[in-house]
Amino acid sequence: MSQPRLMQGNEACVEGALEAGLQFFAGYPITPSTEIAEMLADRLPRSGGFFIQMEDEIASMAAVIGASLAGMRAMTATSGPGFSLKQENLGYAAITETPCVVVNVQRVGPSTGMPTSPAQGDVMQSRWGTHGDHPVVVLSPSSVLETYMLTVKAFAIADELRVPVILLTDEITGHMRERVVLPDPGTLPRAQRPRAGQAPPDIPPMEHFGEGRRVMVTGLYRDSTGFWTESPEEADRLVRRLAGKVESRAEQLTMVERWHLDDAQVVVVAYGCVARSAQRAVHLARERGRRVGMLRLSCLWPFPGHEIEAVAKRADCILVPEMNLGQIVGEVERAACGRCRVIGYHRVDSELIRPEELLPVLEGV
Amino acid sequence: MRFLRREYLPHIWCVGCGHGIVLGAVTRAMERAGVDQDRTVVVSGIGCSSRAVGYMNMDALHTTHGRALAFATGVKLARPDLRVVVLAGDGDLAAIGGNHLIHAARRNIGITTVCFNNGIYGMTSGQYSPLTPAGYRTTTSPFGHLERDFDLCRLVQAAGATYVARSTAYHVHQTITYVTRALSHDGFSFVEVFSPCPTYFGRNNRMGEPVKMMQWLHDGTVQAGQAARMTPEELRGRVVIGEFHRTQEVPEYARSYRDMIARLAEGGDQRAQ
Repeated sequence: MSQPRLMQGNEACVEGALEAGLQFFAGYPITPSTEIAEMLADRLPRSGGFFIQMEDEIASMAAVIGASLAGMRAMTATSGPGFSLKQENLGYAAITETPCVVVNVQRVGPSTGMPTSPAQGDVMQSRWGTHGDHPVVVLSPSSVLETYMLTVKAFAIADELRVPVILLTDEITGHMRERVVLPDPGTLPRAQRPRAGQAPPDIPPMEHFGEGRRVMVTGLYRDSTGFWTESPEEADRLVRRLAGKVESRAEQLTMVERWHLDDAQVVVVAYGCVARSAQRAVHLARERGRRVGMLRLSCLWPFPGHEIEAVAKRADCILVPEMNLGQIVGEVERAACGRCRVIGYHRVDSELIRPEELLPVLEGV
Repeated sequence: MRFLRREYLPHIWCVGCGHGIVLGAVTRAMERAGVDQDRTVVVSGIGCSSRAVGYMNMDALHTTHGRALAFATGVKLARPDLRVVVLAGDGDLAAIGGNHLIHAARRNIGITTVCFNNGIYGMTSGQYSPLTPAGYRTTTSPFGHLERDFDLCRLVQAAGATYVARSTAYHVHQTITYVTRALSHDGFSFVEVFSPCPTYFGRNNRMGEPVKMMQWLHDGTVQAGQAARMTPEELRGRVVIGEFHRTQEVPEYARSYRDMIARLAEGGDQRAQ
């Protein structure tokens, strides 16, 4: 049984990555993600893995993809502006179906914004940041322990589905220290990359460099041989399969925490650091006899529309507090589809939304 | 021919383009260097020359514009036992990818880079590149190019490359020799090869038939040994070709990293306090 430890969110991410079998990390320094790089620079070579500080964020993403194609579990970590720089090669990972994990410890933006202050402004960037239609899986932890769990999960999803997976955390979750008891090593589910003969019909088997298969990897549209094609039929088939392999597994990817939903008239939908405040506000409102509940999202994309739909059918109102001007609230509205009122509560001043300010909002609606 | 995927030929390059000659020289050099095609990864970015990797019968990685060396760095670190070869154009390597080029050279990572230098962006139809010589006309320098071109060999040598040479598509045997040595080199090796682009560079500058551009490569170049005996006036407007730098005194990066892992595994090397 693991001992309780006082641990930071970024540190939990490192522990989770190593537990998941991380072998390669490439990064470029940017707060508030730097602890991840610093810890891995120390830990990885000790366990036979590779850490490299590249010349920029673009190169880091490129090196991660190169290492993954050569057979290693690979990851990079960054924050807001660095995440923007990674977008082109994130698209490359998506079209080439290269498993990898990208950690984005969100900070205030746009641009340099307010460095090392928290925000949740990259929700839509993580969905649509790279050009074109592409699959995406985005996980969002709310606690230090969950950062560990979701990091392990991120690698499993990346390997199983051959997709880049984004761990969308934030400055508060990343820097917060909590008492955690990690699961025993080897107890969390891991996944293997699909290999020849074992791959599902919609995911091609992964062939690594140096295995004598003479694979062709390209960011161009490709046919079934891997060679580039300009056939409209092949292009359509490829893009629909890439999007479909994630969308068709949306239900199994959904991760939510349901709290007091059975009788709730008002339901808070929250994620990341804000979910902690929201949970406290819901607790306080419950103490005052209000029928409120909460749905916490751990997987933002694919968006758990059916969960929202179920809530919207029973509640009068959904409240979505976010540290942005409204990114997930739009998705909630879309899923609620007029079945109940949807209200956003937004802060973009770098301050965490606090339970005491959320409570009157919760009671007022 | 065993290094080429014949089923995908003919290639996409224009009539008179030098890239086929350079690719031919690379494959002949691979033959001469005894390259194992099951243990070699060719990596490219985007552009005319970057399509070369698609024709090569080995693991091929055709990446995003300018990033070939960054991708290749990940491959080389993950699998230092594999030979990693980057085939890239001048715009790809020297403009958008310039930073990756100098840092790959600085690390002395064991990647062989062949720069197909046609002095222009061919795939986007003839804009000036960092290697377009001053005075030449391109679609984005219609009145004559005002900027000076990089001396890419001096740049990568100054950055730390440990094998540096320059040749042309005209000097095929010299190119094969340099690429062979680069492939056998332990560290970051760089060969720049001038390649004529009659379609855009030649046409914009009224240089005539592809054969005339070959003549231009012959007349406009001078061997390094000969250049050493020439005055700056005599050298003006001519490009020096030859082997400029070759040293095995700098440790190769991927191996240095493996050595560090081995030291740590033995417990003999603790973190600097």
